[in-house]
Amino acid sequence: MATPTERLENWDEFEIGAVLKSFDENGNYSRDHSKTYQVADWRVDKPIFNRETCIDCDNCWVACPDSCFLVETIENKRGKKQAKIIGIDYDHCKGCGVCVEVCPTPIKSLLMFPEFTDEKEALNNWPKKEDKKD
Amino acid sequence: MAEKYELKTKEVWDGNTAASHALRQAQVDVVAAYPITPSTPIVQNYAQYLADGYVDGEFVMVESEHSAMSACVGASAAGGRVATATSSQGYALMVEVLYQASGMRLPIVMTVVNRALASPLNIHGDHGDLYLGRDAGWIHLIANNPQEAYDMTLCAFKIAEDEDVRLPVSTNQDGFLVSHTAQIVEPLDDDTAYKFIGDYKPKNPMLDFNSPTTYGAQTEEEWHFEHKARQHKALMDSPKVIEKVFAEFKELTGREYKLVESYNMEDAEVAVVAMGSNYETAKIAADKAREMGIKAGVVCPRSFRPFPLEEVAEVLKNVKAIGTMDRSAPMGTIGALHNEIAGALNGFGYNSIITGYIYGLGGRDTTVEDNLEVFKDLAMNAEAGKRVTPLQKFIKLRGPELSFFKVGE
Repeated sequence: MATPTERLENWDEFEIGAVLKSFDENGNYSRDHSKTYQVADWRVDKPIFNRETCIDCDNCWVACPDSCFLVETIENKRGKKQAKIIGIDYDHCKGCGVCVEVCPTPIKSLLMFPEFTDEKEALNNWPKKEDKKD
Repeated sequence: MAEKYELKTKEVWDGNTAASHALRQAQVDVVAAYPITPSTPIVQNYAQYLADGYVDGEFVMVESEHSAMSACVGASAAGGRVATATSSQGYALMVEVLYQASGMRLPIVMTVVNRALASPLNIHGDHGDLYLGRDAGWIHLIANNPQEAYDMTLCAFKIAEDEDVRLPVSTNQDGFLVSHTAQIVEPLDDDTAYKFIGDYKPKNPMLDFNSPTTYGAQTEEEWHFEHKARQHKALMDSPKVIEKVFAEFKELTGREYKLVESYNMEDAEVAVVAMGSNYETAKIAADKAREMGIKAGVVCPRSFRPFPLEEVAEVLKNVKAIGTMDRSAPMGTIGALHNEIAGALNGFGYNSIITGYIYGLGGRDTTVEDNLEVFKDLAMNAEAGKRVTPLQKFIKLRGPELSFFKVGE
């Protein structure tokens, strides 16, 4: 993402040392925080997440170098709070594929597809349980 | 609380001991270093002071000089006073990180003992490593004897950490000729030295958890130029702070330092410009030249970066012939110091005759007589009113005379 025009300060205006603060004085996300940036425009392959096969082991959440796994809090059967993976933040995912590597389900719940792939189509054609080979 | 070190008003120290005591008195928070000849004793002594309770900080023993400077960058960005030491190949390995340190505007102090660069391998002094760091965005101060190695190191902290500077500073002394030559040094007592430097004032420390900070963000074509220009401006403005610190140091010790040191320049018709131990040798040669009727003077830039262009031009403007002394292999051009001097004089409108001399590579001894030969050359040029000696000569090189751009060839 190109730097917005209003961010193009002159040489004598910004903080020295290419130093960026994550929060402003009031503790809010600063304009320099990556939360406000789309930093994934060089991605070539993207992971697609299949909720149907996911067991919420959170391996992907732990392994993702850019904290791209979106979660919501749910209550499990015993009434305890638990994180549920609900999707991927494509504004920050660089497509490294680590999540696919660490996904432990027999049929992967995360697979890499070319960037232009339609998500619905990918989910409809998700691999089925493989027949056992000799 | 660190123990006080008992010092006499006069100590017999070599340059390494002097630099290590200055680091100790600065009460550095983190020293990360990988010892290398001839600067090893700086690091070794410092570790000893720490083990003996004279320092409260941390000493990080790392696996290479690249790691040493990287650890310094991390510790400095975290918000501590940081220093290291190196030479030669170690300096070369650090170079990538030297640019990181200056770009992040981290006031790290590095006590460099200058040594030749391989290949062929050589442990003795020349300025190959100093020139390697020339464009790295650091302030490079020159110390010509152990006393100056001590004084410059104390001043280096105060200059680097000044809020108008916030740049890393290296202090440079010639390998063995200064680093291992014991002379009388008059140190300050621990409290006075620390008070002169002052407490460290962190700026944007990463250890401030209430304000998470990114250092050295990526900047492409729409930002990089502005950042580098601002850094250059800080270097170009830093002489004001260097002079202010030198003035305070003189107030405290009586020892006076200037951006450009000079000797017998008031009425000089010929002058040698040199950095390092040869400045002192050339001073003796200048006295001898005057006995022979040559009005000789000597000039030494105290800071190689920022280069005191205007001050150098001012002190040299009435000189007829100048000899620049570069202690590094020029490898395909004139010497770096020659370049600076020629640029300074031309830029301010002066037309002295300037010739360059390459000397002392790999620790080759350069004597009073060698410097006297240079003054004789300069006198010939001054007398003729034009350059009659080669543009570049090699001093004390074995074999047929090697020189470039002889007149009339």
